[in-house]
Amino acid sequence: MELLVAIMVGVLVAASVHLMLARNVLRFIFGLILISNAANLTIFVSGRLTPEAPPLIPEGADAPLETVANALPQALVLTAIVIGFGLFAFALTLVYRTYQNLGTLNSDEMRLAEPEERKG
Amino acid sequence: MSWILAAPIIIPFATAVLAFLFRRGPEGRWLSVIGSAGLLVASGILMAEVLREGVVAAQMGQWAAPFGITLVADLLSAVMVVITGITGLAVAVYALADIDERKEVLGYHALFQVLLAGVCGAFLTGDLFNLYVWFEVMLIASFGLLILGGRREQLDGGIKYVTLNLVSTILFLSGVGLLYGMTGTLNMADLHGAVQEVDNPGLLIVIAVMFMIAFGVKAAVFPLFFWLPASYHTPAFSVSAIFAGLLTKVGVYALIRVFTLIFTTDVAYTHTILLWVAGFTMVTGVLGAAAMNDFRRILSFHIVSQIGYMILGLALFTPLAIVGAVFYLVHHIIVKANLFLVAGVAKRIAGSTDLAAIGGMYRFAPVLGLLFLIPAFSLAGFPPLSGFWAKYVLVKASLDAGAYWIAAVALVVGLLTIYSMTKIWGYAFWKPHPAGLEPRLAVLTPRDRAALLLPIASLAALTCVIGFFPEPFVAFAERSAEQLLDPTAYVAAVLGDPAVGAEGLAMLEARE
Repeated sequence: MELLVAIMVGVLVAASVHLMLARNVLRFIFGLILISNAANLTIFVSGRLTPEAPPLIPEGADAPLETVANALPQALVLTAIVIGFGLFAFALTLVYRTYQNLGTLNSDEMRLAEPEERKG
Repeated sequence: MSWILAAPIIIPFATAVLAFLFRRGPEGRWLSVIGSAGLLVASGILMAEVLREGVVAAQMGQWAAPFGITLVADLLSAVMVVITGITGLAVAVYALADIDERKEVLGYHALFQVLLAGVCGAFLTGDLFNLYVWFEVMLIASFGLLILGGRREQLDGGIKYVTLNLVSTILFLSGVGLLYGMTGTLNMADLHGAVQEVDNPGLLIVIAVMFMIAFGVKAAVFPLFFWLPASYHTPAFSVSAIFAGLLTKVGVYALIRVFTLIFTTDVAYTHTILLWVAGFTMVTGVLGAAAMNDFRRILSFHIVSQIGYMILGLALFTPLAIVGAVFYLVHHIIVKANLFLVAGVAKRIAGSTDLAAIGGMYRFAPVLGLLFLIPAFSLAGFPPLSGFWAKYVLVKASLDAGAYWIAAVALVVGLLTIYSMTKIWGYAFWKPHPAGLEPRLAVLTPRDRAALLLPIASLAALTCVIGFFPEPFVAFAERSAEQLLDPTAYVAAVLGDPAVGAEGLAMLEARE
């Protein structure tokens, strides 16, 4: 099971790197969103996949009695998803505003902040 | 105990909420000043506690050490929080005159305080995933500050800043995941022990390099620095100053923390990479600066070159070199933030930051000239200012370690730094103003003049104090380096003494 998920992460990373190599900033952002999901899956799979019981501790006990799913990576991934959601919402808005203002999504043409040096 | 550690995070957050509620009136900006002063006081109390007790740690929510979130302050963390307080207060006062009402209504002060909270959180956390969260808090606030106002250059710079920083974040996150998979813990003190028992040292090095790249982007080291000179000269001057002072240094702090506490299993490999990175960072930064003709863009490239010195200290990994890195870190934050503040005043009185379009400030504003020379000479490493001692310790450390070529690089880069500073001096201060303008400080209202010059003068005075009385600061850096190279006290403070030595997954498995 881990192997399958690991292969899926690999495919996701390959696809997102392909997207991120594009000059179009929007494609770059889509690549970022994809690779962030690959990172989340990495965390999830590195906590080991145990398809058994929910991580519930019975009343009176200190620890679960049997093998249960590892709850920590799920908590980490949840946090990462929430943070990522905020960041990408911001990034997409920024790309949209930039397109409205600069009229281009081609990163080669975004030279306003770093104009070419004056000749002479 | 725990409130001392939590206060530098809670105070800016509380101030942010209040500043946001009162963003439409003058109260907002004063709340920001008061909150920053409160942060400085809280950081002072924390520093006193750390000096008295050694490493201080607290478990948030009473969850025992390797499982819950730990806040921990050793001397390095404490001094970084103090410097954050100093820079934060200086910039908050400066912002009284620098930030217009439109930006205030958009929430400048709230974002600024959230940024301070994120920076303090990153310095104080003892948990790797929590460090990621603080990085994000810092990042989202800095995104907002960078594009606040929405000029076209800001959007252009913002795109590069946002996208490249997000890539670094994702690498960091993947590294955290893989490290957790290998060791079963994310507590940094616990990781210090856990990585010694990893049965696949090769994979550990791969993860170490992932962290190196992720923090390297944040710290703007060669060849990952391109976002910095693309964006740092676009926002308001207060924002530039706080970014220049603090943000990249959080990356450097994170590098120092993980490469002294966790990834020390193959120093010959990882720290050699860091040494090469340090050399190239110093050289490319200073050469980039030499090619620029704008006040802020020159300074932006110099951030990159100075980061190289700090990485050099970490890379040599001898006690003296770490002393140099810590000393450099502290000196640099004050000096660099101050130079950006000076650039802001130059823009106000002379009308631009383009060196070709300004001039005459030495003749008409000699006080500003003096206030520029102190941090500029300190940056270049003139004795007896703070930068001299920082560079001296680092060069001495590289000579002691037999790394003669890197010592030569450090000295040549120092010389080229003087070249850039002389260029700013010659163009902005000495030559007459091309438009015949007389850039006097008197054109500012008395209130603006006080708000702009007071922080600059205070930071310059601090630079002089560190320069003229370096012994206590060097002694402090020595104690801090000792703690970094021998993390026994750090581990004991976090995990309890004797160490619990818990490996999360293994403990759970043993109970089955």
